[in-house]
Amino acid sequence: MEPLNNKQLSTPKLYLLTGLILLAVGLLFGISGAIQYLVPDYLKEHFSFEKIRPLHVTSILFWIILGSTGGVVSYLQQYNNQKIKYPFLLKIQYLIFSITILTILIAYIFGFFGGREYWEFPPILALPIAIGWILFIINFISSVKTFRNQPVYIWMWMTGLVFFLFTFIESYLWIFPYFKNNIINDMTIQWKSAGSMVGAWNMLIYGSSIFLMEKISSNKKHGHSIVAFALYFTGLFNLLFNWGHHIYTLPTYQYIKHISYAVSMTEIILFSRIIWLWKDSVTTAKKHFHYAAYRFLLAADLWIFLTLLLAILMSIPAINIYTHGTHITVAHAMGSTIGINSFLLLAICFDILHDTCIPIAVNIKWLNRGYWITNISLFIFWISLIIAGILKAKWQMSVSPEPFSVMMLQLRPFFIVFFVAGTIMTIGFYLILYPLIRNQVVCFINQSKLK
Amino acid sequence: MSFIILNRTMASDIQKTTVAVILITSFLAYTIFLYVSLPKKNYATSNASIEGKKIWQNYNCAACHQVYGLGGYLGPDLTNIYSKRGPQYIQAFISNGTNVMPNFHLSNNEQENLIAYFKNIDSSGKSDPKTFFVHNNGTIEQ
Repeated sequence: MEPLNNKQLSTPKLYLLTGLILLAVGLLFGISGAIQYLVPDYLKEHFSFEKIRPLHVTSILFWIILGSTGGVVSYLQQYNNQKIKYPFLLKIQYLIFSITILTILIAYIFGFFGGREYWEFPPILALPIAIGWILFIINFISSVKTFRNQPVYIWMWMTGLVFFLFTFIESYLWIFPYFKNNIINDMTIQWKSAGSMVGAWNMLIYGSSIFLMEKISSNKKHGHSIVAFALYFTGLFNLLFNWGHHIYTLPTYQYIKHISYAVSMTEIILFSRIIWLWKDSVTTAKKHFHYAAYRFLLAADLWIFLTLLLAILMSIPAINIYTHGTHITVAHAMGSTIGINSFLLLAICFDILHDTCIPIAVNIKWLNRGYWITNISLFIFWISLIIAGILKAKWQMSVSPEPFSVMMLQLRPFFIVFFVAGTIMTIGFYLILYPLIRNQVVCFINQSKLK
Repeated sequence: MSFIILNRTMASDIQKTTVAVILITSFLAYTIFLYVSLPKKNYATSNASIEGKKIWQNYNCAACHQVYGLGGYLGPDLTNIYSKRGPQYIQAFISNGTNVMPNFHLSNNEQENLIAYFKNIDSSGKSDPKTFFVHNNGTIEQ
């Protein structure tokens, strides 16, 4: 088994590299979208918001999916101390994903949509993604061999892989008239799948993060502990049953909402655990802060705390009727995808890619600046969205609300802060991404020369 | 992620598998039950409304607009726009666009279908959060 931080641009690293490029591109689309909140007729006729938003969302979603895949495969190889069972299948999967993602982005630019939240591309393009994912599952199961006495991250990876496929297929049930011809039926199933799917990719990312934590702490027993499995099952319980909190205001079955409310409250266990172990976490942080990868794990810890607190509050129906349909939901989504998913994936990227071809120490100053800029600006960005959300909630609950356009004008100062903080955050991210991407490009050039 | 891994007691495979099987079986039962007993039965949907939904999706309207509070936030929630403003008001917006929304140059037939879709959504319920009553246990009812 070759060492992970060698100078080869292997297939798992290609997944991570492509994911990082998509993150860089997705951030740019995000800024373009934020400009449209401030200058509504900016690019309105040719590149309006219904194109920009899916370009942003899809780029970031596929950063998460490709980053998770690269992380799982790399760590599975480290765990097994041997290569993945079918490297050829992994390459085919990469090819399928790359071509499909490119096709999706081009389709958006030319205005071809499937028009479903998150998966806004024409439904035919879901087929290659599902096929690629099935190849991934085959490769994973063949490489793991046995599920006896496996650590929690193997369980989490398996769960994430299977449930991503399940929920992805479920999210396309709308193509059948039985599901799509009534808006309530359609939205119930749409948010059942979307809600659980987030849990599925979280399983992949959290599993890899636990593997990384074990690696940093050099203790292989953690992943087998009862507490680790208790928390995993709490996460699985929520993945399976808490999706109803997205649709509290939809006139669907009441029992869906009650189940979701009760299950969501079990997240308090996770939340309490974070607070209970805060002191230990800080001590561990001091010990390992010199690792670039660990810093991102630590940042993610803080964002898990903030996002989970917001999620628990939003899962209480009595509070949800105020937050639903407001920018507080956006704040929650941004906290999750940037503060948790992206930071954890960056930790994984730094662990796997950091010293390939050019030592990361060359860029450590800029990397540190990028780290702090990203975290501080993300916090300001997050707060501005929450305040905008509170004001919109007040407007929604008003007995005689002003017109929508007047309300949007009142939110403008917060959109300005959101845009400025978002732009600074993007600069911070670029400072972080630059050494990671450059190293891989140098590897690729060296590899080509050798050939 | 340190909060997850700071305990070292082991769990047996049987215990773990039992919990996983219970959870996944319950989920599958819940899913199948929901598929076979969808919330709305015996509903009437016109062909125009079905075509309108296609237009809604083909132009990715959900990127900016919400239905039942779900979707994008650049434009308003359109769940009950039909009963609040009426078809002429909707048609004026669709056929001219606004300073934010482009004119998508929909044909008359497409506009009518889209309006039929709004009528259909409108008849499905109310999305206004003010119409909910909050119980002491935190649940809500409309």
